[in-house]
Amino acid sequence: MAPITTLHYLVVAAALFILGVIGVLTRRNVVIVLMSIELILNAVNLNLVAFSRMWGLHGQVFAIFVITDAAAEAAVGLGILIAFFRNKETVNMDEVDLLKW
Amino acid sequence: MFFLDHIWLIPLFPAFGAAVMFFFGRKLQKQTVNAVCVGVVVLAFLFSCVAFSQYLGYAHDNPGKPYQTIVYTWLGTDTGGMNFVKHDGTSAAFQADVGFLLDPLSGIWLLFVTGVGMLIHIYSTGYMAHEGGYYRFFGYLNLFMFSMLTLILANNYVLMFVGWEGVGLCSYLLIGFYFHRHSASTAANKAFIVNRIGDAGFLLGMFTIAWYFGSLRFTDVNHLAHSGHFAIGDPIITAATLLLFVGACGKSAQLPLYVWLPDAMEGPTPVSALIHAATMVTAGVYMVARSNALFVLAPASMKTVAIVGALTAIFAASIGLVQNDIKRVLAYSTVSQLGYMFLALGVGAFAAGVFHVFTHAFFKALLFLGSGSVIHAMSGEQDMRNMGGLSSKIPITFRTMAIATLAIAGIPGFAGFFSKDEILWQAWSSEGGAYRLLWLIGFVTALMTAFYMGRLVVLTFFSKPRMSHDVEHHIHESPKSMTVPLVILAFCSIFAGWLGLPHSLGGSDRFAKFLEPVFAREEGVLQAEEPTKFAAAEKEQEHTSPIEYALMALSVAAAFAGLGMAWKAYNRSDKGYEEPIAAAAPPVYDLLYNKYYVDEAYDYAFTGRRKVGDVRLGVMGLGEASSWFDSHVIDGTVNGAGWMTRLAGTLSSWWDKWIIDGLCVRGPAYLMLLLSYPIKLLQWGLVQWYALVMVFGLVGFVAYYAWR
Repeated sequence: MAPITTLHYLVVAAALFILGVIGVLTRRNVVIVLMSIELILNAVNLNLVAFSRMWGLHGQVFAIFVITDAAAEAAVGLGILIAFFRNKETVNMDEVDLLKW
Repeated sequence: MFFLDHIWLIPLFPAFGAAVMFFFGRKLQKQTVNAVCVGVVVLAFLFSCVAFSQYLGYAHDNPGKPYQTIVYTWLGTDTGGMNFVKHDGTSAAFQADVGFLLDPLSGIWLLFVTGVGMLIHIYSTGYMAHEGGYYRFFGYLNLFMFSMLTLILANNYVLMFVGWEGVGLCSYLLIGFYFHRHSASTAANKAFIVNRIGDAGFLLGMFTIAWYFGSLRFTDVNHLAHSGHFAIGDPIITAATLLLFVGACGKSAQLPLYVWLPDAMEGPTPVSALIHAATMVTAGVYMVARSNALFVLAPASMKTVAIVGALTAIFAASIGLVQNDIKRVLAYSTVSQLGYMFLALGVGAFAAGVFHVFTHAFFKALLFLGSGSVIHAMSGEQDMRNMGGLSSKIPITFRTMAIATLAIAGIPGFAGFFSKDEILWQAWSSEGGAYRLLWLIGFVTALMTAFYMGRLVVLTFFSKPRMSHDVEHHIHESPKSMTVPLVILAFCSIFAGWLGLPHSLGGSDRFAKFLEPVFAREEGVLQAEEPTKFAAAEKEQEHTSPIEYALMALSVAAAFAGLGMAWKAYNRSDKGYEEPIAAAAPPVYDLLYNKYYVDEAYDYAFTGRRKVGDVRLGVMGLGEASSWFDSHVIDGTVNGAGWMTRLAGTLSSWWDKWIIDGLCVRGPAYLMLLLSYPIKLLQWGLVQWYALVMVFGLVGFVAYYAWR
């Protein structure tokens, strides 16, 4: 069995990233969009951790910051979502177009 | 002295009668109406007689002093509530009393007003017996007596004005007594309106006197006028007296305000006799005589009075020559005789003027009452062309009227002779020069008077009857209630003149003597003014000059000539007659018959009832033109200004809306809006699409750099 190399990690991370991007672009439900963003962030985290195997701990430190950021972002995003839902009684992305004004 | 101290009661008697008629008249029987209304006037007459005799005693003790009693102060107080500024800047309190003044002048008026008034009241009980509105008639008559007595007994101009307006009102009510007849109601309006014109003059004169003298009480004004502060010919006094004379012209029917009096004959005949012949129309004479102290200070006014009087006399007499309505002849005769009175006043012969008022009251009242009796007998016919031959059928009326005719024509021995001759003599002698022309006018008027009176009597009483058989059948002498006053007045028409028998005929001119306290001082002023002439006149009065006899003979000749001409022209009237004037000069006849077209001229000039084409002339035309000017030019200008403002506003608002707001403010905004459309397309608001674009962009970049 061939050893697991950095390239494997990068492929998995790329696959996760593409899944995340597709989720963000195609899903109608804002909650799922938020979850897809988490996927993208986690694909990035995976890349960072994989690269830290080669160049030291900086990547891991940065991954922890990203996790923190992801938590904060989830909290803020869900908060906005709840406020929005209270106004429009919907979580459908197509109906969220208020930013054009 | 009870009666003298209570002369204020005299006007109240008829006032009581009028009040009773006003409140209860409708329910009263005719007998009761007679008892109340005639009774109060009889009482007033008796009261006046006694008061007058007591006044004679008073005058004997206080020579030259009028009797004055003030009941209460009616306008103004002593506390200065109604102060006003006089012409010289000092302040005076306006005050008008209910005060009564008895002096020879008002005494004479008092006696003949109550006396003639009483006779006419008695006469009316017969004349009006078959008329509707009996109580109303007597109520008005009593109200008139009240006003007239207030007028003559007042001790100041204001109270006099109250009476003055009161008689004007009663005149209006009584002319319009047959108010269902259109001509009567218009005649009443005419009388009232024309009188108001005169009253305006009276009021202004009154104000001027108050402003100049600070008082309106006759005694005060006379005292000041006599004091010598005021120069003869003082312009303010001249203005005041001229204004007063305007009032007199209205009330006493002088040119140019005489037009109402002939029309006033629409009223019942006793009214014509009482108001429009004997008493009310002499109020103007009374007022001028009462203001004599002022008039003598204004020679210009005196001249005006004399000239207006003389012109009125001949003017009205000439109209009277050709009228066919018996009452209308008498109406013009009245105007003419009033002209005589003013002529006398104007030449300074106040006593002669008053004397003529006195005698005229009797014979003119008699003439009117006689004509009433004729009309009564003729079943209401007033046109003399349809009369004739009445002398045997109504002998009492005929004889009394004949006496009055002789009196007014100036046949010696009758009342009119003495008074008229006195006036003519005074006109001749008082001023001389151009004033002789006034005498000539008076003389011609006397001739005319004799002619038209002769014409009236001959057409009415002589020759053979010209009326229809129905009317002829009904002719009857009037009842006692009407004939007795006629007889009494006839008696007065003969003997009233003897009171003023002049020196030249062996009398002592008692009438003028009696009036001396009222007028004496004025003669003094006249004397100062023109000493030589006055002295000459004085001398002539004492040593009667041959001219006076010559003039007397002339006027007697004129009287006989006039009567003779009338007899010659009309004594065969049953066979058809032609008016001598119409035969001699038809245009003159037309002019006279149409009363010089004065009414028509007034219609053109003042009332606007006649137009030239569609254009009104005169005052109403001016009014119409002014109204047109106002509604078209003034209002047009105002409206035009409004239109212009509105147009400017519209333009300005359009400019603001379309140019300022539109082009300058909204224009750029629209431009921006327009320009923003393509940019807006880029921002359609769906986040996922933005993300997709970003992904494509990223992929593009990456691909570009990867494969380059």
